[in-house]
Amino acid sequence: MKTIHLALAFLSLAPMAMAETPVLRVLTYDSFAAEWGPGPAIAKGFEAECACTVAYVTAGDGAAVLSRLQMEGAGSSADIVLGLDTALTETARATGLFAPLAAQAPNDLPVPYTDANFAPFDWGWFAFVYDNTKLTAPPKSFKELAASNLKIVIEDPRSSTPGLGLVMWVKAAYGDQSAQIWKDLADNIVTVTPSWDAAYGLFLKGEADMVLSYTTSPAYHLIAEKDASKSAAAFDEGQYMQIEVAGKLASSKQQALADQFLAYLASDAAQAVIPTTNWMYPAKTPAAGLPAGFETLIQPAKSLLLTPVEAEAGRKAAVEEWQTVLSQ
Amino acid sequence: MANRFVAISAWALASGIAALVLGTALALAVQAKGVALHPADWAALRFTLMQAALSTLLSCLLAMPVARALARTRFAGRRALIVLMGAPFLLPVIVAVLGLVSLYGRNGVLNQTLAALGLPTVTIYGLHGVVLAHVFFNLPLATRMLLNGWQSIPAERFRLAQTLGLPSTFRHIELPMLAAVLPGVALAIFLVCLTSFVVALTLGGGPAATTLELAIYQALRFDFDPGHAALLAGVQFAVCAVAVTVAARFTLPEGLGLGLDRAQAGQKAHWVDAPVLALAAVFLILPLVAVVADGAPAVLQLPAMVWQAALRSALMAMAAAVLSVTAALVLVQAKVVGAAWVEAAAMLPLATSGLVLGTGLFLLTRSFVQPETIALPVTVLVNALMALPFLFRLLLPQARDLHRNYDRLAQTLGLSGAARLRWLTLPRLVRPLGMGAGLAAALSMGDLGVVALFAGHDQATLPLVVQRLSGAYRMDQAAAAALVLVASSFALFALCDIGGRRAAP
Repeated sequence: MKTIHLALAFLSLAPMAMAETPVLRVLTYDSFAAEWGPGPAIAKGFEAECACTVAYVTAGDGAAVLSRLQMEGAGSSADIVLGLDTALTETARATGLFAPLAAQAPNDLPVPYTDANFAPFDWGWFAFVYDNTKLTAPPKSFKELAASNLKIVIEDPRSSTPGLGLVMWVKAAYGDQSAQIWKDLADNIVTVTPSWDAAYGLFLKGEADMVLSYTTSPAYHLIAEKDASKSAAAFDEGQYMQIEVAGKLASSKQQALADQFLAYLASDAAQAVIPTTNWMYPAKTPAAGLPAGFETLIQPAKSLLLTPVEAEAGRKAAVEEWQTVLSQ
Repeated sequence: MANRFVAISAWALASGIAALVLGTALALAVQAKGVALHPADWAALRFTLMQAALSTLLSCLLAMPVARALARTRFAGRRALIVLMGAPFLLPVIVAVLGLVSLYGRNGVLNQTLAALGLPTVTIYGLHGVVLAHVFFNLPLATRMLLNGWQSIPAERFRLAQTLGLPSTFRHIELPMLAAVLPGVALAIFLVCLTSFVVALTLGGGPAATTLELAIYQALRFDFDPGHAALLAGVQFAVCAVAVTVAARFTLPEGLGLGLDRAQAGQKAHWVDAPVLALAAVFLILPLVAVVADGAPAVLQLPAMVWQAALRSALMAMAAAVLSVTAALVLVQAKVVGAAWVEAAAMLPLATSGLVLGTGLFLLTRSFVQPETIALPVTVLVNALMALPFLFRLLLPQARDLHRNYDRLAQTLGLSGAARLRWLTLPRLVRPLGMGAGLAAALSMGDLGVVALFAGHDQATLPLVVQRLSGAYRMDQAAAAALVLVASSFALFALCDIGGRRAAP
């Protein structure tokens, strides 16, 4: 009997509680919202100040987030879209679904970045990661890599955002000569995987000397596993960047709440969560600095990045070139 | 009466399947901007066909001696080996690929041994690697399906052949059985390999190893061109239709007639059986050992949510299995009484891609419901649908025999409706039904495609959790969660399979 009374009491209270608390829906990629990702801490921090509930809606990766948004169109139930990168923002903007940002928060990105629709929340440099106990003299450029006997695993630009980043990297560094670089790299490539985790898994199994990942990848092994054996190779051509951004949808009925969330995302509290959960650099370095271990990471002399417009315009041709050269 | 009921339910089921498969493809097609295949699509089609044909040929050729050896030898552990044969087909693809790489990769056991002996090393990456992986997946499936065929040959036939002094029992008894069963086996494998994606890409060595399924993925994910994805799905569909037609043309009616219905033991073992079985066991079991060795160390450190996800996945898998088995039984019953079109409907799900099906359902339902509120039922439905063609193939040969051999008897006895189902159909078909239910449950357990498209953050299934773990650098835990996934898929499969064989007369 007691349980029935309790259940009735709960049932009558629940709708009231739900009506009072607005829910902010954030469409993001899987690993952001995962329990070891930045999602839970950021949701908790924001809920403490917004009197609202944050609900994550997830899709596989950045590209999956965009395709889900395109499927939902103006009927999307999301308020915030979080996790696109600059290779995708132009396509996202063209959907016309994004509202202008209410404010531009200051950032510490190594390249100037402002965008009317998208606020950066973290960023990283792509890099080839290797085991420094096995490889003592890593290549210092794509040309050195291509001339070596080293074996690499890369991701497919047709199904993975890092894979697309690599194609953009070669394009940004070599322009018209990119096809020749791919031709020279062909015999170094062990295989091309559909996703980052398959490539990284193969690398950890010892299938390749190097894997396309991020300069921050060694920080995971150092901080989470106390393992200093992984390093990232700095390339003379410069390191291509990935900037991850968030934006609010024009169809959201909670514009003010969405603005508040984006402001919180840029705040010290949220930015301090990023480095050891998403293993990327926070867009704005927190007052307390980066976690111990990040100072050991390589600092590329030069950052490469195609603008969203260049990336959008050149993407198709660059991927086709990659495909043609490597299919021979 | 009973036949009418079967016919009506089969008709309703078939229409539902056709509506789902074609409707979802249509939902994408209406967004088409143009109808032209790119040059890269033709290359993808060529590679898709070549790898699928090679994988099918090799799987079938190798499965014949293995199934024959299993049918005529008795040894300790035979049953265990037969059950274990289900395992490779149930492995999540990426787990299996990493298991194969542990053995045959650049740093794998094989190459380390070769190097230690001063021999040249081999590479797994390339067309041969893709075929190797597909044979690893499908050889056991083919063996199991053929074994069912061998076991369905009445023991009296072999004795009769001996009495008559027939020069070759193979030609007169086994060959007709193969002619009846093999085309269906080949078809199932061909269609599985046709929609391969992760295997082809990861082991293919480069973009030359592009399958149609990858092109569909690219069209939906990076180019957001649903129309093009629908076009590619249409091409895949056409290939499937051709394959189904060809297989139907080459399938000969069995016509071995009725025996005393005693299981097997008509044939004596041959000396080749032992080495054949030993080789097959090593080929199939070693990668499984690698998967266990990779995953075992971190199993106890898995977060609690992994176990919750495992339970959720198992419940969904059982629901999908019940749904799929029921549908397959109805369709098979309709087919054996002469409704030929039923077969087309049952094979239809193999022709579509999980991604197209999921995306189409998403587009069709999004105006009515929040995707995550229907994520779990939709996943169950789609998985039941995707398993249906295998179950149908599995049941068909024996349902056909049953009808041919017992229909007259049942009619004489006035056995019909529920009584016929209870006393004749279910007991006679319980063996393939059990295996089919196990297969459907395990396939559904490992599915990632549909749930990833629909599920909200809190409804993670086990495969999704594996992906999340490995996406967060936690490869050890991902391997451990994958082991939990494999173990639970396999447990579900073994439970149904052994149950089915125990219950068989």
